[in-house]
Amino acid sequence: MSTLTPTEPRASVPGPVRTTGSRRRGKSRMDPTRNNTAAGIAAWLLALLFAVPVLWMILTSFHSETDAATNPPSVFAPLTLDAYQEFFGTTSGVSPWPSLINSATASIFSTILVLLLAIPAAYALSIRPVKKWTDVMFFFLSTKMMPVVAAVLPLYLVAKNIGALDNIWFLVLMYVSMNLPIAVWMMRSFLDEVPVEMLEAAQIDGAGLLLTLRKVVAPVAMPGIAATALICFIFSWNELLLARVLTGVVAGTAPVFLTGFVSGQGLFLAKVCAGAVVVSLPVLFAGFAAQDKLVQGLSLGAVK
Amino acid sequence: MTNATARVSRHGSTIAKPSRDTRARERAVAWVRRAPLLPALIFLIIVTQLPFVGTLAISFMNWNSMSPDTTGFAGFENYVQVLTDPYFQQAIVTTIVMTVSVVLASLLLGLGLALLLDKKFIGRGLARTLLIAPFLVVPVAAALIWKHAILNPVYGLINGTLTWVWSLFGSDNPPQTDLLTSAPLLAIIISLVWQWTPFMMLILLAGLQSRPMDTVEAAQMDGATPWAIFHHLTLPHLRQYLELGGLLGAIYIVQNFDAVFTLTSGGLGTANLPYAIYETFYYANEYGLASAAGVVVVIGTIVVATFALRTVFSLFKKEAAR
Repeated sequence: MSTLTPTEPRASVPGPVRTTGSRRRGKSRMDPTRNNTAAGIAAWLLALLFAVPVLWMILTSFHSETDAATNPPSVFAPLTLDAYQEFFGTTSGVSPWPSLINSATASIFSTILVLLLAIPAAYALSIRPVKKWTDVMFFFLSTKMMPVVAAVLPLYLVAKNIGALDNIWFLVLMYVSMNLPIAVWMMRSFLDEVPVEMLEAAQIDGAGLLLTLRKVVAPVAMPGIAATALICFIFSWNELLLARVLTGVVAGTAPVFLTGFVSGQGLFLAKVCAGAVVVSLPVLFAGFAAQDKLVQGLSLGAVK
Repeated sequence: MTNATARVSRHGSTIAKPSRDTRARERAVAWVRRAPLLPALIFLIIVTQLPFVGTLAISFMNWNSMSPDTTGFAGFENYVQVLTDPYFQQAIVTTIVMTVSVVLASLLLGLGLALLLDKKFIGRGLARTLLIAPFLVVPVAAALIWKHAILNPVYGLINGTLTWVWSLFGSDNPPQTDLLTSAPLLAIIISLVWQWTPFMMLILLAGLQSRPMDTVEAAQMDGATPWAIFHHLTLPHLRQYLELGGLLGAIYIVQNFDAVFTLTSGGLGTANLPYAIYETFYYANEYGLASAAGVVVVIGTIVVATFALRTVFSLFKKEAAR
C-alpha cells in the first residue's frame, strides 16, 4: 500500500509544514526504525510479564511438591511428572477422567448442535435475508447480554422437576443456548463474505440450492465454520456457573472438578498446577489455532 | 433500516419476482426464507426467555425451599430487601467497583499493548501469542493459579520473588505481602485485569489494523508528530473499538463468577452480585430473594447493554454498508 519510504529523512523539506495537530518541524519526526526497536523491547517485556503466571504454572506442574512450595522459588529444581501422576489419581485414587469426559461430551455435542442450528439461521440472515433481519440479529445479541445468573434458578428447578439434574445432556442444551447467539453472529459475518456476484451467477446458470451451497457457499464458509466451532468449544469447556449448579457427582465437568481444589489444597501446589495445565490444554491449543477468530467470536462478529 | 431493505433486494429472488405473483405465493416465499431461521429462534426463546420470565415471577414470591409452608405472594418485599440488605448493597458496590476498574485498567493496558504490537519488530508473532495466553487459561484454573501459585503468602511467586531479590542484597528480611487477606478485592481485580487485557488488546489491534494508512502517511509527510497522529487520527478511529471492547468487557465482567468463587469465595466484601445470588439460592435456599437480585442485575445490564447495542449497531451498519 505504501509508496513512501518511511526511513528517508525529510528534514530538508522547506517551509512551514501543514499538520493536522501541533506545528512542529521535521527534526522531531519519529524515526520508524529506532521507534520499532523500542516498541519491540517494551512489547516483549510486557508480553513476558503477562505470560509469567502461565509459564510459572507450567514449570511448577513439573516440580515435586516440596520444590513447588518454597520461598524463594526453586526455578531450577529437577523436573518430574509426579504432580501429573497425582492429578490423574494413580496415587490418590480420585480420577479426573470422568469430569474430563463430561467436559468433552458437553463441549463437543453442544458445538455440533449449535452449528446445526446456527448455519441455517445465518443463511437466512445473510445469503437470502428475511425481512427485518437486523431486528432478528439484535434479538440474538440481546439474549447474550442477559446474565446467566438471572436465569439459573428456574433452570435448576426445571432440571430438578424433570429429573435432569446431574445429567450431562441437560447441560449440553444449556450450552447450546449460551453459544447460539455468538455462533449466529459469527456465521453471518462469514457468510457475508460470499460474493453476491457468484451467487447470482450460480442462479443464472440454473444451479439448485444444494449445488450453490456446496460449490459457492461452503468453500468460503468452511474456515468460518471451523472458527465458530472452536469458539463454542472453548466457551463450553470454560463454563463453571451452570455446570456447578446443574451437575454434581455424575455429570460434573472439568471446571467443577477443579473447584475441588479451591480450598485446602495449599500443600498440593504442583498438583493444582498440573490440573490447571491439563484442563487448560485443549483451550490453549484451540485458542492459539483460532487467534484471529477469537476476537470475532467474543465481539459477536462485530469486529473483523 | 434502509440498509436492510437494500440488502433484501441485493440478494436473491425478489429482483426476479414477476409482478403478478399472488399474495399467497409471496407469503409462501417468505416462509421458505424464514424456515432455516426458525429452529434457532424458537430454541433460543424457549431456553433463554422463559427462564427469565420464571425468575421474574419468583422474584415476587416468598419462597424458601427449606420452609415450603410460607411460600406465597410477596409483592415488592424481595426487591426492598435486595436494595436495603447490607450484604446485597455491598454486592452491588463490589460489582460496580470490580467491573469499572477491570474494564478501565484492561482497556488502557490493552491499548498500550495494541499500539506496541501494531509496529513491526522481531518476534512479534510470538510476543502476541504469549500475550494471548492469559485469556486462554480456563478461568477457574487461572483463578486457582493466582490464588495458590502467585498470591499465596507463604510460597507464592510474588513473595518468593521479593525474598529472592532481597537476598541478592544480602537481606534476610524481605517485605512480604498477603494481598488475598489485606486487599482481596484488589487481588481479584488484578487477576481479572491480567485475564482481560489480551481481549482488549485483540479488539484494539483489529481496530488499528483496519485504520486507513493513507491518511496517516499523509499526516507523516506533512510532518505531524506521532502524538498528533495518535490524538487526531488513531484515537478517533479507535473510538468505537474502545467502546465495543469496554462495553463487551463490562457485560462479561459483570457476570464474573469464577474468580470470586475461587479466589475468595465471596469473603471479606468481595461477593459480587452473581456470587451473592448463587449463595442466596444455592446455600440459603431463598429463591424469591435470589430472583429479585437476578432481576436487579438484568436491569443494570440493560443499561449497559443499551450503549453496547448502539456501538455494535454503528459498527454493524458500517459493515453492512460495504
